[in-house]
Amino acid sequence: MLLKRLSEAFGPSGCEGEVRDVLTKELESYVPSWQRDALGNLIAVKLGTQGPRVMLAAHMDECGLMVSSIDKSGLLRFRKVGGLDDRVLVSKHVIVGSKRVAGVIGAKAIHLQKPEERNQVIPLSGLYIDIGAKSKEEAEKIVKLGDYAVFATEFGHLSDTVVKGKSFDDRAGCAVLAEILRENYAFTLYGAFTVQEEIGLRGAGVAAYALEPDFAVVLEGTTCNDLPGSEEHGYCTSLGGGPAITVMDASVVSDRRMIGELERLARENDIPVQFKRSITGGSDAGRINQTKGGIPVVVISVPCRYIHSPVSMLSLKDFEHTVKLVKLFMRSIEGGFVL
Amino acid sequence: MKELIKQVVECYGPAGNESAIRELITGIIAPFVDEMRVDNLGNLIALKRGGDKKLMFAAHMDEIGVMVTHVDKHGFLRFYPVGGVSPLTMLGNRVVFENGTTGIIGSEKLEAQKDLTLNKMFIDIGASTKEEAEAKVRIGDLGAVAREFVDLGQRLVSKAMDARVACAVLIEALKTVATPAHDIYAVFTTQEELGLRGARVAAYSVSPDLGIALDVTRTGDTPSSITMDVSLGKGPAVKIRDSSVLCTPAVRRYMEQVARENGIPYQLEVLEAGGTDAGAIQLTQGGIPAGVMSIPCRYVHTASEMVDYADVENGVKLVKAIMETKYTG
Repeated sequence: MLLKRLSEAFGPSGCEGEVRDVLTKELESYVPSWQRDALGNLIAVKLGTQGPRVMLAAHMDECGLMVSSIDKSGLLRFRKVGGLDDRVLVSKHVIVGSKRVAGVIGAKAIHLQKPEERNQVIPLSGLYIDIGAKSKEEAEKIVKLGDYAVFATEFGHLSDTVVKGKSFDDRAGCAVLAEILRENYAFTLYGAFTVQEEIGLRGAGVAAYALEPDFAVVLEGTTCNDLPGSEEHGYCTSLGGGPAITVMDASVVSDRRMIGELERLARENDIPVQFKRSITGGSDAGRINQTKGGIPVVVISVPCRYIHSPVSMLSLKDFEHTVKLVKLFMRSIEGGFVL
Repeated sequence: MKELIKQVVECYGPAGNESAIRELITGIIAPFVDEMRVDNLGNLIALKRGGDKKLMFAAHMDEIGVMVTHVDKHGFLRFYPVGGVSPLTMLGNRVVFENGTTGIIGSEKLEAQKDLTLNKMFIDIGASTKEEAEAKVRIGDLGAVAREFVDLGQRLVSKAMDARVACAVLIEALKTVATPAHDIYAVFTTQEELGLRGARVAAYSVSPDLGIALDVTRTGDTPSSITMDVSLGKGPAVKIRDSSVLCTPAVRRYMEQVARENGIPYQLEVLEAGGTDAGAIQLTQGGIPAGVMSIPCRYVHTASEMVDYADVENGVKLVKAIMETKYTG
């Protein structure tokens, strides 16, 4: 399953090579030509003969960690890459560096903590990655400063339709985009697998600048908060509720004409859809939208619980409905939908 | 000109849905410009020919508002802010949606007034059920503050003076300019309140030699107000800086010189917090010289923003004079 391979690939912001490799290999026979730009964006080019030039974008990078110093004792101090929650770090398995060394995020055990420490989130300065090395010298044989680490989470099924894995934000979007690229279209389609979204939407802007599409669709794995502790009006999206269309987030206002077309396609084809019910958080769409003289954009997301943590969860039904909706939209563009 | 101001400030147009205000302005300026187009972000870009250099004016059409995020089973709507919306000024206020539906903003029970936050507030459109509410308003719909224009004589009050009064100034200058010394690009921008978004892409496609944003600015002339050397009635303000921009000194000097030569009163403005379209214009492409003329405005981002009519009239004179004076900086 491609989603499994994408989810398990090592690809924190700035180090997306393994994800790129999974995608190029997977899509070898479907994509006639690839571009790779200076930032590392991977662009599948499927030239068409008529109609608009359309960009679909999904970011390959995930939140992770970076080794910032190595202690005498061989423990690795680290910084966060992207918006990880400090509270989810302690006691997690991680994979470090190009040698893919296994490690554990350690902290002072509960017996040794002062009463007031037990009530606090352990700050980053109190955490370290333990790779089992006894000294700095031993650690430096397999890990170096600047090495990245990601959570060591295996993909798996929780039920027939619900799966768990790391980094569904945005490997879910990458997997949707891959499905779209397996088919051929009359118009020119650019499938942009972007880099460095989690550290400030950096890849998408330069990709959009170079491609200059007539319009763009951003495919995301977005927050889903249909959980205890949230009032219904704070859910953002609901698992199983179908693809989530963003009207507005912190970075962009989606194009209303595209939203209208997606709604029509969903309605006529019995695909459940939901609107994303919060406007916090940004996406690649913001950067694409603000490129050059302005590019119309819409965001479609697979709802994912627990994103920016070691393990996220999604419904395969939502995933399949998202693929179906985006495919229908592509066919609608072929049938003459323009802005 | 008061009638024009009333017309533009009362129009519906929260950031992200500026079509009604754009159509209104399009209709008004059509006889006075040579070309018009609407770009991908909804900016209205009008051209009035007159010279070799391109001078872009940007006045934003959008206003702050709310976006509906949830409809509950009793028909109450939850919302997110669109732009700098304060819970204090929204409570008890009315909002209006594009289709004319009006809602009242209420709040959950609070232990103390300081606990008031937007996520404890809701919009009541008089519906009793989810179905009844959804027949009128849907998730994603944008609401704008509903409040009529009031003429207090010298002072004018309304919602959305920020920055429709600047739109009115630009419209009036386009109407009255005799012989423009530049190709004047009058851009009525979108999504300023969400981060200067319209101006950024408009500046890219217009690629002007000089950009001047027209907007409102805060004042320091009310009881125990912020310390700020701008007052109502002392003329339009020539901006020096805000959080988005350090105005290009040559542009500021040019604006000041034009004001002095034409006997137009003006004040200098240093705004601590807040941004304008000039911040986006200045950083476009390889950099564009940019300045700002502001109409002083009390109670910015409330339902009752107040400006002085003389400042507005002098603002029109200054913009018109700028249009007619060659920029050599």
